[in-house]
Amino acid sequence: MDTISHNIQAVPLNHYLLLCATIFSIGVIGVLTRRNAIIIFMSVELMLNSVNLLLTAFSVYRGDATGQVFVFFIMALAAAEVAVGLAIIVMIYRNTNSIDINVLNKLKN
Amino acid sequence: MDKYIWLIPLLPLAGFIINGIGRNALPKAFIGFIGSALVLASFGLSLAAFFQVKESGQPINVTVFDWFSAGQIKVSFSFLVDQLSAIMLLIITGVGFLIHLYSAGYMKDDGGYGKFFAYLNLFVFFMLLLVLGSNYLIMFIGWEGVGLCSYLLIGFWYTNPNYADAAKKAFVMNRIGDLGFIIAIFILIVWFGSANFADIFGKAGTKDFERAPYTVITMLLFVGAVGKSAQLPLFTWLPDAMAGPTPVSALIHAATMVTAGVYMIARSNILFTLAPDTMNVVAIVGLATAVVGALIALTQTDIKKVLAYSTVSQLGYMFLGLGVGAYTGAFFHVLTHAFFKALLFLCAGSVIHAVSGEQDMRNMGGLKSKLPITFWTMLIGTIAISGIPPFAGFFSKDEILAHTFMHSRPMYIIGVLTALCTSFYMFRMMFLTFWGKFRGTHEQEHHLHESPWTMTVPLGILAVLSIIGGFVNLPESWGGHQSLQEFLAPVFEKSTKLLVETPLASGTEITLMGISVAAAILALVYAYRRYVSSGHVPVSDTEQRPSLANVSYHKFYIDEFYDTIIRKPLDALSVFFYKIVDKMGIDGIVNGFGKGSIEASKGLRLLQTGNVGFYIFMMVVGIVSILMYIVFKV
Repeated sequence: MDTISHNIQAVPLNHYLLLCATIFSIGVIGVLTRRNAIIIFMSVELMLNSVNLLLTAFSVYRGDATGQVFVFFIMALAAAEVAVGLAIIVMIYRNTNSIDINVLNKLKN
Repeated sequence: MDKYIWLIPLLPLAGFIINGIGRNALPKAFIGFIGSALVLASFGLSLAAFFQVKESGQPINVTVFDWFSAGQIKVSFSFLVDQLSAIMLLIITGVGFLIHLYSAGYMKDDGGYGKFFAYLNLFVFFMLLLVLGSNYLIMFIGWEGVGLCSYLLIGFWYTNPNYADAAKKAFVMNRIGDLGFIIAIFILIVWFGSANFADIFGKAGTKDFERAPYTVITMLLFVGAVGKSAQLPLFTWLPDAMAGPTPVSALIHAATMVTAGVYMIARSNILFTLAPDTMNVVAIVGLATAVVGALIALTQTDIKKVLAYSTVSQLGYMFLGLGVGAYTGAFFHVLTHAFFKALLFLCAGSVIHAVSGEQDMRNMGGLKSKLPITFWTMLIGTIAISGIPPFAGFFSKDEILAHTFMHSRPMYIIGVLTALCTSFYMFRMMFLTFWGKFRGTHEQEHHLHESPWTMTVPLGILAVLSIIGGFVNLPESWGGHQSLQEFLAPVFEKSTKLLVETPLASGTEITLMGISVAAAILALVYAYRRYVSSGHVPVSDTEQRPSLANVSYHKFYIDEFYDTIIRKPLDALSVFFYKIVDKMGIDGIVNGFGKGSIEASKGLRLLQTGNVGFYIFMMVVGIVSILMYIVFKV
């Protein structure tokens, strides 16, 4: 544990921040620009995990394990979310033969 | 006796309940019997109460139960039988019983026989409540109740829209008066902290209550009396009230209910005595009503309308009496008027009954030999109302006129002229109805018959009362003791002390009597010459009348006047409120909200594109802006 935290601390915190912000932005842009539901889903995962990474980094730098505990919660939650989300996508595909989210505009008129 | 006072009003109420529930199921004879017998039982109890009051000289005060209390005010449901209400009880139950008996014959063929007796009993109940109440609130219950019964009975034949309108008219006009009455009660409670007669009259005029607004209170009470007793300017409902069956006209619109206003003022006499301005107003309004009523009666051709306007006119006399401080005289006139006017109405009913529902005197005539009992009793009633001695009306009217003479000479002269008119129109009615030859159709002539005993017996009894009724207050110049005045003295005690009057010299009194009798006889002779000797018959409606007679025949156009200044503007106002305020204003606002939300939603709906990418984009924009706000705010 000590070595891991020592290794992590070898990289300055700023770098973690920049990396996480980059991954998060990639996730956001993916959600905004892609129409394929699965890709959007993956982008969401990207956003979640960038935050997880950040939480871990902060946790190590502060020497406080709470942040890492929190990460486990998020991972559990993400797993549940994936289960529900994938189920929804399967249902969408069965109904529309497509996973393009722009097909879902039946309420428009 | 004290224990049974509550039975006096309760018996007619029981009659109302029995007849009301069994109006279609019970046999007619039983309904008539129950209705009349319970009122007769009430009369018996009233008689007992009367004699107890007469002997002991003490009023009977009975609390039945405590009604309600709020703050300082405690109102109990209690009855008071004093000299004034004892006599009213006798009039209501006595005359009421005779009229019930008469109705049993008169309404025999009517489909609503049970309903009629139920209403009549209910009326007697409320009227008894009105006179028995020992505070203004109980009086007000009765006051409203008799108004309701009056409405129900005027509109008894409600399938005729004119009759239903007449009922509504009476109800609405009475409401105007009632408003005044109830405001007066509120002011009394505010000032005296009680609605009890004993409390108020005990405190009135004492040092602590010198500044109480007596004029305002009495004016408002008088407004109530004006509505109920058909005085100017609210009298037009009474002639229209003749739409009801004739016994109703006799009981409610002649003998009892319309005199409730006189009773109320006589009851509150001390308040009125303390407000001389109101007394003047009462006298002037009374006199004006007497004159107007008499003038209209001169040319009416409907036998019941003549009697109705005559009632208005006689009520005017009573108010004149009250206004000049002759409380006993006014009340004496209530008593005698109840006898002879009930008699006259019942006779008119008997005539109408005989000629198959005809009411127009132009189609009558020569009934003298066909209806002998009706003729003789009606003649007695006519003489009594005309003020020819020694019949009842002479004494009471003369007492009022004598007090008027002391009060103001011009008013006295107008009063005598009105008495002259009274005598003329009453004998005109007699001559047109009973003298000459029959002017109706052949069929009616064939049908002519004297009424059954249930109708003629009450006529006989009332005729006897109309003859001897005046002797209860025989003036000293006639060798009497003014017994009624002596009897009623405790009720008017406080007022008598305040109203110092110089008694009329005996010679003047005789002269005044001579003048009234001469006026009455003069009018009689003139009417005889006009309608018997020269056989004059009023012209039919299509022909032209002399202009003055036309004004009188059309009731001074008062109904038309009210129509123009009140009904039409009110109608216009209602149309305005309906079309502009309700349709455009209120409906506009309500519908505007509806339309507004529809339009707004139409606009807002466009935001929902249905494009999921767009939603997400907006979500991100939102989150970013919130973050920016939080970050850059600090």
